[in-house]
Formats: sequence, structure tokens, C-alpha cells
Amino acid sequence: MKTKLTTLALIALTSGVFAAPQTFDFKDPKGINNAGFKLDAPLESINGTATAVSGTVSFDPENPGATIGKIVVATSSLMVLNSMQRGHMLGAQWLDAAKFPEISFEAKEFKNVKTEGDTTTADVTGTFTLKGISKELTVPVKLTYMKDKLADRTPGQKGDLLVIRAGFSIKRTDFNVNPGQNEDKVSNTIELTLSIAGASAK
Amino acid sequence: MKKGLRIIAGILAAGSVIFWAAAGGNRGWTKTSVPTKIVDQVTGIEGVSYGKHFVPGVDFLGAALIGAGVLTGASFFFRTKPK
Repeated sequence: MKTKLTTLALIALTSGVFAAPQTFDFKDPKGINNAGFKLDAPLESINGTATAVSGTVSFDPENPGATIGKIVVATSSLMVLNSMQRGHMLGAQWLDAAKFPEISFEAKEFKNVKTEGDTTTADVTGTFTLKGISKELTVPVKLTYMKDKLADRTPGQKGDLLVIRAGFSIKRTDFNVNPGQNEDKVSNTIELTLSIAGASAK
Repeated sequence: MKKGLRIIAGILAAGSVIFWAAAGGNRGWTKTSVPTKIVDQVTGIEGVSYGKHFVPGVDFLGAALIGAGVLTGASFFFRTKPK
């Protein structure tokens, strides 16, 4: 009996030791990781993406609710289909990319965590920073853990992948993005999406 | 001069409409790049790459037609030479 209890205790201890969180790096040399944005406008909606995504997330497949991390997007990488419109967007009145080169989201707490297989959905609370203004937001997120799939994406590298997808909206006025101006031409609401994959090499 | 301005206006108007229609008749804003979807086969993530390509929109068409209108209007300031 004593031996059985000792064995069980040892198994419990070693399980805890090996279930360590992994660090996933979201810098993507292929440029596929992207953050998308959309604003309604009278003639046609303004759609664009940003591909200079970076950041790290600490994720434990045994405890997805304990995930923390920060994702950063370079402001200058935001693209729209009209170069003049892009120039205005990155200019001082709108995003002021020269003064505020980064847009970021730092995840601090996961709630309503539901895991089914390798997929976890949750509401993540964190700090969203745009044009130097930081606000706490809670956004729905979906994490997909892909064990031993790094080699499929990057030949020669062994490791795991973590795919993060999120979608939420913010208001221009909350982040001093040309507040109260041109609302008849460009919506105050900005819809944001995130589709990124991070790698944890072994 | 009068006739010349009107001919130029006509060419500008007709030319811009033909160019706009031939380029796809884009009813949105003028585009200077076009997006191409890329799909990561491993993760399923859809990315976008941009290639430089000029696609005239209604702003281009509008500017050309306004220009033609200005030239036509200017032509009225010139007298027709008596024969």
C-alpha cells in the first residue's frame, strides 16, 4: 500500500514537472501572420492588413488558461490598396506611425476557458495599445496547439506550433485616431482580426 | 483655340471612360496595389501579399471628367473667328 502511494505521488510530481509552459515566437519570416482591419465608409469599406507581427506567448497545453504573452504589430506595416490613403492613415492625424511605431496587445488573464482536443476558446483580458494609448479589453480568442508540426511549416526545425485567432472591435475616439473627424466618410468603429502562428522549437 | 480646347476635352472624357471601363470599371476608389491571398497549408492561416497595379476608380474618372468640363467651359471664353 505504502509503495503504491509513493509511486502515485511520484507520478503526480513528475507530471507537474514535465507539463511546463512553452514559449511560442510569432515572428513569421514567411509574412503570412497578419492582423486585419476594416472600417465602413460610404463608397466602399476600407480593408487592410499588417504583416509585421512579432511577440511571444507562453502556453502550457496542460493548462491553456494560464497563457500569457504579448503580440506586437509594426504600425508602418499597415497596408491599404490606395497609396495616398495609406499615407494619410500612417500620418500624424490618424495613426502617426513615426511617433507610435507599435500596436500591441498584452494578454494577462484567460476566462471562460473551454478546451476540446487541441483547440481552446476563451475570453482574454489584456492591455491593447494604439497610438500611445492603452486600454484594457476583453476579447474572444481561439488557440490551436499543433504538436510536432513546426517541421511541416519550416523544414529542418523540430517543435510545436500555436495558432491564435481573434476578432474584436475598437473605437477610433478611444485611441485618439482622428477623433470626431470624418465620421461621415470613415467609421468610428474599427473591426480587427488576428490570424497568427507561433513556433516553439525543440 | 475654342475648337482645340473642345477636342482635347472630348478626348480626355472619352479616353478616361474607355480606360476606366477597360480596367474593370472599378466603382470604388482608385487602387495602386492589388491583394493576393496566400494560404498556409499547415496552419490554415490566410495571409495577403500586395502587388503594385494601377486600377482606376470613380475618383480617377471623376477627376478626368471634371477636367474635360473645365476645358469645355474655358472654350467659351474664346470667340469663334469669323470666316
